[in-house]
Amino acid sequence: MATFSKARRANNAVFLGLSVGAAGLGLLALVFILVALLWNGLAGLRPSVFTEMTPPPGAAGGLLNAIYGSVVMTLLGLAIGAPIGLLAGTYMAEHGRYSKLTVVVRFLNDILLSAPSIIIGLFVYEVVVTRIGHFSGIAGALALAILVIPVVARTTEDMLLLVPNQLREAASAMGLPRSHVVLKVAYSAARPGIITGLLLAFARISGETAPLLFTALNNQFWNADITGPTASLPTVIFQFALSPYKDWQQLAWTGALIITATVLILSIAARSLGSTRTAK
Amino acid sequence: MTDVAMRDQPARRTMDAGRAAVLSRFRTFDAVFGGLTLAAAVFVLVLLGSVIVSLIIGSMPAFRAFGLGFLTSQVWNPNDDVYGALGAIYGTIVTSVIAMAIAIPVGLGIAVFLSELCPFALRKPIGMAIELLAGIPSIIYGIWGLFIFAPFVQSYVEPPLIAVLGPIPGIGALFQGPPYGIGVLTAGIILGIMVLPFISSVSRDVFATVPPVLKEAGYGLGCTTWEVVKNIVIPFSRTGVIGGVMLALGRALGETMAVTFVIGNAHRISASVLSPGTTISAAIANEFTEAVGDLYTSSLIALGLILFVITFIVLAIARYMLLRIQRRAGV
Repeated sequence: MATFSKARRANNAVFLGLSVGAAGLGLLALVFILVALLWNGLAGLRPSVFTEMTPPPGAAGGLLNAIYGSVVMTLLGLAIGAPIGLLAGTYMAEHGRYSKLTVVVRFLNDILLSAPSIIIGLFVYEVVVTRIGHFSGIAGALALAILVIPVVARTTEDMLLLVPNQLREAASAMGLPRSHVVLKVAYSAARPGIITGLLLAFARISGETAPLLFTALNNQFWNADITGPTASLPTVIFQFALSPYKDWQQLAWTGALIITATVLILSIAARSLGSTRTAK
Repeated sequence: MTDVAMRDQPARRTMDAGRAAVLSRFRTFDAVFGGLTLAAAVFVLVLLGSVIVSLIIGSMPAFRAFGLGFLTSQVWNPNDDVYGALGAIYGTIVTSVIAMAIAIPVGLGIAVFLSELCPFALRKPIGMAIELLAGIPSIIYGIWGLFIFAPFVQSYVEPPLIAVLGPIPGIGALFQGPPYGIGVLTAGIILGIMVLPFISSVSRDVFATVPPVLKEAGYGLGCTTWEVVKNIVIPFSRTGVIGGVMLALGRALGETMAVTFVIGNAHRISASVLSPGTTISAAIANEFTEAVGDLYTSSLIALGLILFVITFIVLAIARYMLLRIQRRAGV
């Protein structure tokens, strides 16, 4: 009896120890990545990174055109994708809450949410780039917009479903039409959650590389015109990191640090915004 | 009296007219807004449909030229314009299997730690830190993998693997050849780290749906914490855990940039996981912009179609499993 119980206790200790170890391993991986990023990225972080263009090999330079291209395409992608996602989420939670269409849309939206982003790049290449005949920043922004839609639709639906029905009933009882109930009452009640969704979508697309490779392509020079090939931070990192030139690799690390800092700040902001809501 | 009534009459009429105008404006606005939301929802369906259709149309030339042999040939030779998908499909599956072999035990371990062992004050920060792993962009894993992790694997992981497991007949075949650092194994390990949060946070969430009464009953019978987890928590939440695993698998199959950096881009099947290989997404990322000729481009799009079909099936199973546990938790 006593030995049996000792074996069980030992078993317990071993497996619980392994589970603590697993958590340690996960945290260790995060720390390793962040330390490597800071170590290698900070070494090249100079003001010139933000003021000069991407250089030819062997010359000094910065990442200005890549940062500009990334910001423009990301914002444009968000501006196109967010309203569609918002409206689709509104349909699923409000107008079509009990319709069969919602079940189908929700299922396929979730699949689109996790679909490989490189497929979206191929799709935009087929539909936009081959029609126009050349790579362009607009095609890149469209690819990013397609990635934004499912994220925003999902979070909008989830957040609107959390809004208590009594609020809608009270507004309807006062004679507000359906659209006003949604726009003025449900949206205001769900606002923090919806903003969280937008921030998460923003964070997701600002680090995306695969869909930009053959839509926006890349551009070594300053180009304010997004109807032509446009540089972006992720594609520049891809190109520079795989190059044999030391100063290009250094710029790639610095760019990686900038992207990671942006994405992590955005997602932490999104999460804390979301959690203050649930805490209430 | 009559005067007053007479005086009121026109005023009320204009008020009624105003009210009718407002009501009809509301009605049109309602219809427009409702129509817009419906259109957006339908747009999501159309979008997914057109992705599939455009991939099918784009891959037609490749399938017409090679037939179903495209799926079973591992020849990938742009010089002769002959292409086969088997090498890329094999690489995709092997890297995902390695990733799952790492992420499932570690992810479940983290979920058990977070839901059963961790002090309450630390649960949220540690959970959030693990989830940050999913927030880091894929390209960052790529550059980290190329410059930091691959050299580490080359000098500290692969030599002992070759020395210890290499001579064993059978599985030894997996660990042959020189330690490049760049290869299928490294790509698989990095994928494992990337999809870890999907398994751990979904599992943690479904563990939380286990009724406390069941766990208390287990402890009441004298079970240890591990026995409660093994015999009560995991069986009860099995469907949800499988859903989380499938979700992670869907991610691992389609992951592009991180793999592209460290896999070495070789379209051939080698028994050893230490040798360079390629995956579907890495092949597309590496070669698409350089692809000259319709058949080359079409073959890459056909690879994309194959990837989409595989991930669609995996993700559909994942969503179905998660839906089932959601329904049960709702009851």
